[in-house]
Amino acid sequence: MTPHSLTDLQKRIPAARGALLWKSLDQLANTPEFREAIEREFPVAADEWPDALSRRRFLILMGASLAAAGLTSCSRQPIEKLVPYVKQPEDLVPGKPLHFASSNVLGGFARGVLVESHEGRPTKIEGNPGHPASLGATDVFMQAAILQLYDPDRSQTVLHRGFASTWDAFLAALLQEENEWARDGGTRLAFVTGGVTSPSLRYHFRRISERFPNARWIVHEPACNLETPRVLPSVDRAGVVLSLDADFLAWGPGMLTNARTFARRREPGNTMNRLYVVESVPSLTGAMADHRFPMTPSDIVRLPEQISAEMRGATNPAAPPWLPPLVRDLRKHAGDSLILAGEFLPDSAQNEIRLLNEELGNVGRTVTYPTEALTFPGTHALTELASQMLSGSINAVFLLDCNPVYTAPADIPFAEALRKVSFSVHHGLYADETAEACRWHLPDLHALENWGDALAFDGTISIIQPLIEPLYNGISPHVLAAALLKQWPANDYDIVRSYWRGILANDDFESLWRQAVHDGVMAGSVSTPAAPPPAAPRAPPSPNPNAGSGLELLIRPDPHVYDGRFANNGWLQELPKPMTKIVWENAAHIAPATAERLGLHHAEEVDLIYRGRSIRAPLWVLPGMAENCVEVALGYGRTRAGKVGSGLGFNSYQLRTADAPWGGPGLEVRATGRMHRFATTQEHNTMAGRDLVRFADLTMYRETPHFAQQHGHTPAPDQTLYPPFTYDGNAWGMAIDLNACTGCSVCTIACQAENNIPVVGRDQVQRGREMHWIRVDRYFRGTVERPDILHQPVPCMHCENAPCETVCPVAATLHDHEGLNVMVYNRCIGTRYCSNNCPYKVRRFNFLSYVDHSTPTLKLQRNPNVTVRSRGVMEKCTYCIQRINFARMNARNQNRSIRDGEIIPACAQACPAEAIVFGNINDPDSRVSKLRTDPRNYGLLAELNTRPRTTYLAKIFNPNPELKNV
Amino acid sequence: MNSAVKECERVNEQISAIVLKRPPRRGWLFGFGISFCFLMVLNLAIGCLFLKGVGIWGINIPVGWAFDITNFVWWIGIGHAGTFISAILLLLHQDWRTSINRFAEAMTIFAVACAGMFPLIHLGRPQVFYWILPYPNTMDLWPQWRSPLVWDVFAVFTYLTVSIVFWYLGLIPDLATLRDRARPLWLRRLFGVFALGWRNSIKHWKRYETAYLLLAGLATPLVISVHSVVSFDFAVSLIPGWHSTIFPPYFVAGAIFSGFAMVLTLIIPVRKFYRLENLITDTHLDNSAKVMLATGLLVAFGYLNEIFTAWYSDEEFDAYLTLNRMLGYYAWVYWLMMACNVGVPQLLWFRKLRRDPTSLFVISLLINLGMWAERFVIIVTSLHRDFLPSSWGIFRPTIWDWATLMGSLGLFFTLIFVFIRLLPMISISEVRRAATEKRP
Repeated sequence: MTPHSLTDLQKRIPAARGALLWKSLDQLANTPEFREAIEREFPVAADEWPDALSRRRFLILMGASLAAAGLTSCSRQPIEKLVPYVKQPEDLVPGKPLHFASSNVLGGFARGVLVESHEGRPTKIEGNPGHPASLGATDVFMQAAILQLYDPDRSQTVLHRGFASTWDAFLAALLQEENEWARDGGTRLAFVTGGVTSPSLRYHFRRISERFPNARWIVHEPACNLETPRVLPSVDRAGVVLSLDADFLAWGPGMLTNARTFARRREPGNTMNRLYVVESVPSLTGAMADHRFPMTPSDIVRLPEQISAEMRGATNPAAPPWLPPLVRDLRKHAGDSLILAGEFLPDSAQNEIRLLNEELGNVGRTVTYPTEALTFPGTHALTELASQMLSGSINAVFLLDCNPVYTAPADIPFAEALRKVSFSVHHGLYADETAEACRWHLPDLHALENWGDALAFDGTISIIQPLIEPLYNGISPHVLAAALLKQWPANDYDIVRSYWRGILANDDFESLWRQAVHDGVMAGSVSTPAAPPPAAPRAPPSPNPNAGSGLELLIRPDPHVYDGRFANNGWLQELPKPMTKIVWENAAHIAPATAERLGLHHAEEVDLIYRGRSIRAPLWVLPGMAENCVEVALGYGRTRAGKVGSGLGFNSYQLRTADAPWGGPGLEVRATGRMHRFATTQEHNTMAGRDLVRFADLTMYRETPHFAQQHGHTPAPDQTLYPPFTYDGNAWGMAIDLNACTGCSVCTIACQAENNIPVVGRDQVQRGREMHWIRVDRYFRGTVERPDILHQPVPCMHCENAPCETVCPVAATLHDHEGLNVMVYNRCIGTRYCSNNCPYKVRRFNFLSYVDHSTPTLKLQRNPNVTVRSRGVMEKCTYCIQRINFARMNARNQNRSIRDGEIIPACAQACPAEAIVFGNINDPDSRVSKLRTDPRNYGLLAELNTRPRTTYLAKIFNPNPELKNV
Repeated sequence: MNSAVKECERVNEQISAIVLKRPPRRGWLFGFGISFCFLMVLNLAIGCLFLKGVGIWGINIPVGWAFDITNFVWWIGIGHAGTFISAILLLLHQDWRTSINRFAEAMTIFAVACAGMFPLIHLGRPQVFYWILPYPNTMDLWPQWRSPLVWDVFAVFTYLTVSIVFWYLGLIPDLATLRDRARPLWLRRLFGVFALGWRNSIKHWKRYETAYLLLAGLATPLVISVHSVVSFDFAVSLIPGWHSTIFPPYFVAGAIFSGFAMVLTLIIPVRKFYRLENLITDTHLDNSAKVMLATGLLVAFGYLNEIFTAWYSDEEFDAYLTLNRMLGYYAWVYWLMMACNVGVPQLLWFRKLRRDPTSLFVISLLINLGMWAERFVIIVTSLHRDFLPSSWGIFRPTIWDWATLMGSLGLFFTLIFVFIRLLPMISISEVRRAATEKRP
């Protein structure tokens, strides 16, 4: 077969993706994958096919497999030769990144992103300012998605019984099975999917269920409570917010919006809001609270009833003493208050809270309850499915974008059930635990390789567009769905586009579509909140079923690996958990008083026994935890996560049962006496009496606005031996508003992505060698039962009198003309003297060779504008000097000065609370200059005469005066 | 006159025989063998270090320096005794120094060699160490003169150069003696080359004496300056526990203190093994012990002064540091230091102990240990908890930290053992003169 006889065949391969990559037909025909596919297809595969296959179907299959060949030959290899463009694509200037709008989907919900692309490789994800779930900010998962794209452990090929196979081999098998399903309407067929809000995919799912009407559909999102009714809060409209175990500032699909709107209402002044948080485990929202009350889950469940009794004026001696003043505050702010229910509270409490919001007149003002469900309704439980699989009444299962062998509750023998199923298909990014138990595994495409769509938390239609050719032989879920509808060859672009063509049915579809792809959102697609459905009537107060003296178990998603799906992501693994600063593992959290009562010690390994199941976990004594409960995070103890994520921590799913997915009372803790050594980035939890995070009450702030500047003595600027620097042009500076910062750590991971910061691993963190350029310090203050939790992001301070500069023997770190404290990597000889002399300890040293130079895909990930550091050199925050230089070049080309806000460092760009502001302090009108004249502005350790360029705005609490003595 | 010649001959014979006649005994071979093994450990440790990077040590952020610089300061300090004995005591006409100055000078050079190794290997990129030197280069870059590390380079290099020259100059008459007494021709030629044609003429002696005195004058300020400059590495920084004006004198006293301890550690066994009690007498031990006592008291004053300053200054960071040293994670090192450097030297008030080689040997070992602990306390405890509690950390030495420390001891003792066999470890000419001058 000569390559050129393929010409007409190639035309049939959808051009949308393949065309760009194949430089020539010869190249296409000569790829080993393609040749192998051709060889497999005609002589071998044909022999394998059953005789019953008709000629017609054979041809269909052939077409499909050529499509598959198109996919397989698309795998992007690292480019070896440097060949200039003969015809340069429009807009593509080498060295100048392009940005494309897309969406990042977690648990089914979209958050809009802008992806930075360098010569065809996406390197960085930013928030899409035009997207309501992002507003320009990102969360840690969005930042880490870029590393997931390039993860070398991602599944790269179709697997059949664990051996490499091909998409067409799968299609052949599928065709055979389909006939059977079609006969009885799919009675023995089941689909388990992750949360799906994609309109086009759900349309296909509907059509599949039309084809197989008896098939079962199950949604499996182990880290979400799918039964929670949807709530859309308008945090900025609420003067008083009460959160009952709701981590609305740092968790859930609308968190970025909540954090942004909350911060805006947090400005100290007359409109400053007040936040009450009642929760079991300290959360980031709890850390922001003016009043935080730790409470066990079973007590929180009773709280709505008590509040409502209090509102009716009934006196309840069992109610906690702080409740009456709290309720009075809520009533005072009726219509301007907001009560939020935690995702993991039971239905009764959710309903009660909703009734309370209605009684306070908040519904429609600070909160709405939309009608339409956004996830695909699952009608059957996983338990039932497993028993049907075991009994043989289900013999074909599709597991799409989920990993139930790992994530199913422990009382469901899902792996065993799955092995009984004769036709099981797993579709996912990784060949994980579930893939191992399935007959077939199909590699999924990453969202950056894939066309698609999804809804945001508020229903906004968001478009997913690919930024790169698929790195591996992934299969789009749309193509898989099309295959189930016997539509092939198919490609995701055509499927998504044609779906929307049908929906919009507009003459001007093309421009609408182009606009939507460009913006990342479909304009005007937010569903206007309909009149909320009536709340269920109030149930009679029930005696608390959980009352008892035993310990309660809380099972919660992990803040960084979620339900375990991000276990193989080094950035997320090495991102310190917000409250404990643990990395690379999970822990069982317990209150100090409870630990003492039970005779347990910090870092001791214990056996957690719950409902007859037991796991061994290291104990972390966490100030601010509610007493009598133990919290464990999901997502660890994975066996087939990949090279990075397997074998870390302990598997909390083993304590989880289908009827108590979030835990409950009846936990037993048994000491083993063995000690565990945690990997943590912060070993000391208090400020040791030092004025590091400065804060005040609103009343005190009103009396002495400059309170933060009255701590300690700041020496006069001339108290130095060296002549002062002068800055004629720009002088860069940064202000960090501690009052807005929630401590979510997205700045850390955004910086890691932007600045090519390596991951060092658990062992190196234990040795104190993490590389993050900006860290979030967390301090507890006050009592261990009810501490204040304070967060403080610490990047390089770019001191005017930098202690690091005077001690470097080779002038590898020095001042530049704009006041940056710059680090010259290739001059550094690695004495580490600068780090020793840095009072802020923000310098990071390459103790070993931390950069992965060998994995080809990771090379694609790196930011080409940031030097990759070698072994033995010091590094630190540069204020994203590459972004400063980019802006400088642009400004110079346009013959103007750099505008305020034109340079946004990665940390500031990602921050959902807009807590970090960067700019020119020589310009009195810049935002950062204005913040530096704010009375709350202070320099950390300014008494050392370092004169830091990064300054902080003190934190203000707004406590209820009535609660002072409670 | 006749007796004076006899006396000279006896001195010549006794000292040169160790080099020329005495075959290596089992004791020497044993000691050399062990030292050489440790030297090979050093080779391995440095090989691994260059292969993998300084990350094989236990250092981290915040503790960027630990064993490396501790060893550096310790070795440099040890070196000080040699210069102190040969230069300052010469200028002060302390004639008892003649029996131990050669040995002490050799010890200085070897200790400085060990010390000089550490700043080099502690670099993240040791291959570009020379960037710290001011040399003309196409990058048109100079060292950063404000950095005490640059001052260090000059101080240590000067010190090493002057020490070697001083030592070699003192050796010249002895090399001539060896040349004259050696049997094999090649050995005679070898010593002859290094003796630079010394013929024992009055002219030679006159020039020699002048040069020696000048060099002693040159070396004297170095005793003060080198360790002062080394102390600037710490005093110039702003870390609590480092940022202190008392450091230069306190470091110099500590250096002489530890140097004499090392001299005694070496000389007591050597004197016993080679039966040199008639040359290195108990008075020598007594005098050295007195110097140790005096400098030990200075060091103790330094410790007390640090505590006082921390309290009196009312600086919260200094106060915390002092308490942390006494009660924190490394408290045992602090109390070990206190016991060895403040407690143990008090035994030297007793004349009996000062003249008892065994007790003195044990005391000197403890002081060596204590002075190492002192440098560890200064470097590691200050760094591990500085300003921001969020960044506090713990340094835990790895096997490579220990291997490098032990290896440097191996290097030092290997050189000492080789020196004992190859060169006269006691100055023949000076002892000769002392012996004859005593008799009228």
